[in-house]
Amino acid sequence: MTRPAVVSTTARHRRVGSERLPAPLLALAIVAIAFFALPFIGLLWKAPWSEAWSILTSPGARTALRLSIYCSLWSTALATVFGVPLAWLLARVAFPGRGLVRALCTLSMVLPPVVAGVALFYALGRRGLVGQYLYRWTGYSLPFTTAGVIVAQTFVAMPFLVIAVEAAFRQQDTRYEEAARTLGASRWYTFRRVTLPAIRPGLVAGAVLAWARALGEFGATITFAGNFPGRTQTMPLAIYIANEVDPDEAIILSLILIAISFGVLVALRDRFLGGGSPQPV
Amino acid sequence: MTRTSRLFVAALALVGLVAAGCGSSNNDSSATTAAAATIAPTPKVTGDLAVFAATSLTAAFNQIGPAFTKANPDAKVTFSFNGSSTLVQNIKDGAPADVFASADQANMDKLTSASLNGSTPVVFAKNKLAIIVPKGNPKGITGVADLAKPGTKVVLCQAQVPCGNYANQVLEAANVTVTPVSQTENVGQVVTAVTTGEADAGIVYVTDVQNVADKADAVDIPDDINVVARYPAASVKDSKHQEADAAFISFLTGSEARAILEKYGFEAP
Amino acid sequence: MTLEARLVRTLGRFELDVELEAKPGEVVALLGPNGAGKSTAFRCLAGLLPLDGGRITLDGAPLDDPGADVFVPPDERPVGVVFQDYLLFPNLTALENVAFGLRARGLARSEARARAGSWLERVGLGDHAGHRPRALSGGQAQRVALARALATEPRLLLLDEPLAALDVGTRGGVRRDLRRHLTTFDGMRLLVTHDPVDAYALADRVVILEAGRVAQTGTLAEVTARPRSRYIADLLGTNLLRGEGRGGALVLVTGAGVVAAEPVTGPTFAVVPPSAVALYLTQPVGSPRNVWPSRVVDVDQQTDRVRVRLEGPVPLVAEITAAALAELALQAGDRVWAAVKATEIATYPA
Repeated sequence: MTRPAVVSTTARHRRVGSERLPAPLLALAIVAIAFFALPFIGLLWKAPWSEAWSILTSPGARTALRLSIYCSLWSTALATVFGVPLAWLLARVAFPGRGLVRALCTLSMVLPPVVAGVALFYALGRRGLVGQYLYRWTGYSLPFTTAGVIVAQTFVAMPFLVIAVEAAFRQQDTRYEEAARTLGASRWYTFRRVTLPAIRPGLVAGAVLAWARALGEFGATITFAGNFPGRTQTMPLAIYIANEVDPDEAIILSLILIAISFGVLVALRDRFLGGGSPQPV
Repeated sequence: MTRTSRLFVAALALVGLVAAGCGSSNNDSSATTAAAATIAPTPKVTGDLAVFAATSLTAAFNQIGPAFTKANPDAKVTFSFNGSSTLVQNIKDGAPADVFASADQANMDKLTSASLNGSTPVVFAKNKLAIIVPKGNPKGITGVADLAKPGTKVVLCQAQVPCGNYANQVLEAANVTVTPVSQTENVGQVVTAVTTGEADAGIVYVTDVQNVADKADAVDIPDDINVVARYPAASVKDSKHQEADAAFISFLTGSEARAILEKYGFEAP
Repeated sequence: MTLEARLVRTLGRFELDVELEAKPGEVVALLGPNGAGKSTAFRCLAGLLPLDGGRITLDGAPLDDPGADVFVPPDERPVGVVFQDYLLFPNLTALENVAFGLRARGLARSEARARAGSWLERVGLGDHAGHRPRALSGGQAQRVALARALATEPRLLLLDEPLAALDVGTRGGVRRDLRRHLTTFDGMRLLVTHDPVDAYALADRVVILEAGRVAQTGTLAEVTARPRSRYIADLLGTNLLRGEGRGGALVLVTGAGVVAAEPVTGPTFAVVPPSAVALYLTQPVGSPRNVWPSRVVDVDQQTDRVRVRLEGPVPLVAEITAAALAELALQAGDRVWAAVKATEIATYPA
């Protein structure tokens, strides 16, 4: 009879599942964390703290920040109003070409934002495919306007919401909707009172992602809407220009944007990153 | 092949690459000594030059570059075009440029005051401003004053960019206040805004309007309020091709380059 | 006022074609094995699945009539449904759940909540009104689901396996309560179940469904006295044979003949109690008219009784004592002779 292998006491007391990461993998993970942390630490290190307050409260910074928040909230709202029905369609209705439609609607997620801006320009500009009619009939065109900023941001941010909400719809237990119908609820009432509450976590996560993307949008904004303080110069644009003229200002503005985004992510981390099993709410 | 021998071959290859890289710079220094030793009418110029030039020079430089290479077959020129303020900031941040050609003195001063220039700046061309409008002048702009008419969409360069700075000078001289719908990073973007029909007018260089004569028209700015844009060029201090840089800059002031520049609407310095 | 339905529906390879009827005052149970089509029939009646053919009429008004291009969606049918998993809305309290249907139909909030409250009282859960479904036991959830369905005052109440989600211990009590509540409802009641005990306790009439067709209807007593479906026969633990009666014998589809006590003609069922089947190792010579060679398929020992399943010209289940099993030393695959006295066989027209 062979003797069993000697097991060290530490190995014996370690339960599988609470094991520590093997050293090489741990090292890689630490490098990854450093990779993410370093740029932010660099900013904090180089920041001109003595001028921070005056930059923060300067009219230029306040205008850019106000514009950024205004536009990003509007974009998120539009993304929700149009994105939820789209997500519902993609999740529930099996129509021919559905895969293609889904790819089309999420294309702007993988597109370089500048490409999106250029494309929007030729679609909605004064001489654009659709924009020319808008201009002819109303004398209004989207480029160089705040509305144009919102359009550009919505274009790049909506796919994030659509994907999150479509996943939520798919995971939802549709039997509750059937129960509601048998109780006398119309389709619309069921959608409002049963479906929407059920997808709320996915909807919130998608909206937060879309908002964050809209807030950080640069390439499409500057290409489609242009750059003018107070009207189209959002924070990312202001930072880009400040980097040429006054790098100190760029650092402070960047830190403001980082602080806001970080704050929102931390506040919603449980729903956003935790995920877990969706309660059939 | 065993694992060790494979590693050995890879190491050899790596060493070879590094040696080749070092070798080319060695060639340069030998060329320098050769040029210094033999006083030849046309110095042997070699190197891969990275020239940072103002956007308004795009068309002309794209012809001047090959002409320079024809005269100096061992030299190659690659251009990077953008607003002069962006370019000088890039150089200050350490971008590997050999020559900087600016559209105004102010941005060249940023280079010299940081002691980043290799040679003393030399003005090689002059330019003037004009109002650019879409072909056919749909809004009927006749002069600078019309730019302030309500409902006119005017695009200008940002203030720190030469064309923006010059434009502000013109507007001030004409006593006109214009609120642009967008402030761009370089003059090329102003041109695009107008040629695509999105903007009604912009202030650019006369050379720019000439380049897009099929898509845009120019409205003259009278000389008494117009500016004289002076284009200086200098080598960058950290450039590894100082003699090639000097050759390029002297080529810019030579007769062949001057002809090309005049063809595109620039004036002699 | 009645429910009259002919449900014709194809789902993949499955075809449903059943005729149903329900009158006020009687509880009808749809009984059958899994896969018989009970849930399909149920969903068609609820309006969750449109018919391919046939018709559903409630109180004379058509709910679904493909021929006349009429389809009333579920929210417009006067049908209340209690689902197998109850499907109480998790984010609403018990009171809000019961009020849901009323609110959905446009009733004002206070009025709806008042009515919902009284319904909860009726099912004995008045003090649980503020509880969320996850705080309720299985039996309580079932009562809330019932109250929720009844609150909208439907004409037809459908219940899908109402006790299946409960554990065996609570089932009895809940069944009694359910029976009580069902009797107070004056509309038509139809419940779907695979458990004959539910049917026995709750229903007045059963409809046996097998493979998408109605095998038999009647009271449970009638159905078990003269089973017409393998399902019921298996439930009763008895042998059911079906064949063509010719003179004194019943000819099965296998060609074998079964001699009955009385003469039979036409399509006939024969019931052979397992205890009437005797097994021999060699071919017996004796009075039994029915002797068939068979092979043992499996042996199932239950305390002191053994059920032996046989295949052959007449497939049967025989019940013998454990001692007999030991003596015969029967195993799967063994060849035996099965004998049944004609007088032990009951026959009736199919």
